Amino acid sequence: MSSFKEFKIKWGMAIDLDKCTGCGACMVACQAENNIAPQPDASNKLKSLNWLVVYELTNGKSFPEHEVAYLPRPCMQCGKPSCVSVCPVIATDKNEEGGIVSQVYPRCIGCRYCMASCPYHARYFNWFDPTWPEGMDKTLTPDVSVRPRGVVEKCSFCHHRFMQAKDKARVEGRDPNALNDGDYITSCTEACPNGAIVFGDVNNPAHKVHELVKSKYAFRLLERLGTDPQVYYLSRREWVRRLGDNYLENEKVKG
Amino acid sequence: MDKNYDLPIDAALFPEGCTRCSLSKFLVWITIVMAVFGWGLYAAYRVLAEGLGVTGLDDYFGFGLWITFDLAVIALGAGAFFTGLLRYILNIDPLKNIINLTVIVGFLCYSGAMLVLVLDVGQPLRAWFGYWHANVHSMLTEVIFCITCYCLVLVIEYVPLILEQKQLNRNKLVHAIAHNFHLMMPLFAGIGAFLSTFHQGSLGGMYGVLFARPYIARDGFFIWPWTFFLYVLSAVGSGPVFTVLVCTIMEKMTGKQLVSWEIKSLMGKIAGTMLTVYMVFKLADTWAWANDILPRSGLTFDQVFYGWIYGKWLLWAELFACGVLPAILLIIPSTRNNRTLFYTAAILDCIGVTINRYVMTVQALAAPVMPFDTWETYAPNWAEWGASAMIMAYAALILSLSYRYLPVFPQEVKLNK
Repeated sequence: MSSFKEFKIKWGMAIDLDKCTGCGACMVACQAENNIAPQPDASNKLKSLNWLVVYELTNGKSFPEHEVAYLPRPCMQCGKPSCVSVCPVIATDKNEEGGIVSQVYPRCIGCRYCMASCPYHARYFNWFDPTWPEGMDKTLTPDVSVRPRGVVEKCSFCHHRFMQAKDKARVEGRDPNALNDGDYITSCTEACPNGAIVFGDVNNPAHKVHELVKSKYAFRLLERLGTDPQVYYLSRREWVRRLGDNYLENEKVKG
Repeated sequence: MDKNYDLPIDAALFPEGCTRCSLSKFLVWITIVMAVFGWGLYAAYRVLAEGLGVTGLDDYFGFGLWITFDLAVIALGAGAFFTGLLRYILNIDPLKNIINLTVIVGFLCYSGAMLVLVLDVGQPLRAWFGYWHANVHSMLTEVIFCITCYCLVLVIEYVPLILEQKQLNRNKLVHAIAHNFHLMMPLFAGIGAFLSTFHQGSLGGMYGVLFARPYIARDGFFIWPWTFFLYVLSAVGSGPVFTVLVCTIMEKMTGKQLVSWEIKSLMGKIAGTMLTVYMVFKLADTWAWANDILPRSGLTFDQVFYGWIYGKWLLWAELFACGVLPAILLIIPSTRNNRTLFYTAAILDCIGVTINRYVMTVQALAAPVMPFDTWETYAPNWAEWGASAMIMAYAALILSLSYRYLPVFPQEVKLNK
């Protein structure tokens, strides 16, 4: 297995599941921002493209103890991504300051090995050619490339926004490698009506996310598998945190 | 010279001293084969023209029937490299009587797998990126390198057999080339054994390295997860008897004895020995997986099985009915020399390795890893079955032509006097 790089800047998310209502605004914003084509028939959810999916979690109890929570799942931008080392053609890499796992569409051969490796199902395949209804092509985000059929794609933490934020900093004479909190946020972060998603540099104490990920209610998905995700979740509810990882019956939940 | 008009019209092309069915009978058979091939060709066209969306694959099951088919035929095609190793490097001379068939079966398995891969990758025109942009950390890169190189080796091993065709071989140059190819065969057998061992292993390694998929993740030795070694062993434990089964099917269809029982029994002994070694390690691996990897991942043994479709019966069938049982039947001389038990063991052995490749490919992807995720099921659709059937038809076509016109079986004349 290849060695994994450490980064000075680590873009990450803290998603407060107690604030999330499952409205799906993040999913819609992501679709529009990242030029994900609408599908004529999206009834098969296992063949529909969504870089970010909101899962419904339940505590499994019946009324009146029944509770639900909603969990938005973007790409975890893992610190030790299982997908990067397996790609035979280096179409996906974790090599840029900021720690975002890239996906190079013109390089991808569509073998789907990365999809098999990802336990979060964060990777999606273009089963058909993307088509936009008449006129809708005018709504495409100019900085985001569209993808042909036969390649894998995934959440990029709106990487084009990262580039724009760095460009803006350069124009304003600031250091592009020392962006202020809020200079660069993803479209899902921006769209969330409840402010459940907080985005920033996990390593930077000036960024709000830095504090949030240290919370005793913070956890990451499937932490024990060693993928080291850069997406954190927060919940005061123990049953929610317990659903963040696989626990044996006698094991205690984190937090 | 008087012509014998009772002979088939293409009799001049038959191997020396061999008889074959009439050309019309042969063409009826070929027509049936080509009908299946045509169906598969239509499926292939639809896949290439419209995209992989026409298959039953989806975002949970990026690998399905085709990858299972590939892994299974590559394992079963291992008879070629292993028999080649034993015949040319270790000088087990009697194997010369079946080596031609192992080469053809190996060539068909590997070229067939590559044809399927053309359909299975989303961007087949970028297949060469595997060489150009190779990621040396990926087991799949190693698989791409070795499978393509080994397929070339199999072509080189197959060519002299074609050149030995009775009419072709009358040409002095062709005869000399064929002869020289034969002299070089130990070299290619060695290269083939090296390449094949590594990619059989890397196919297993491909799964074992998926550390975030507890169903298939394995610890290992240095950079190689245990599945690397298990795949090599299971391939050499099943490939030789698969060749014997192909031979026996050909015997049933042609009504002739093509390879003597002693040779088949020897192949069974070789496979049985390797299968026994494999089963020892496979059982140990399964134990370690259930008692270490799964609990370490927060999972129990029961959690990685689901209903009937991904039930424990598959594991028990793989390990015992199609693993331990055929291993015992093949290594004990008395059971091995009982033909019914021998063929039963051979069939079970091949089913066992196929189940292994299936569960490692499909069940591994079906098993949810996130606790709130759900089990999903996969069933291949007509396009996947069609394309797979096309490969089977392709194999039947090449085998039929090879049997009819090439000197594949050195013992045929003697055994059918």
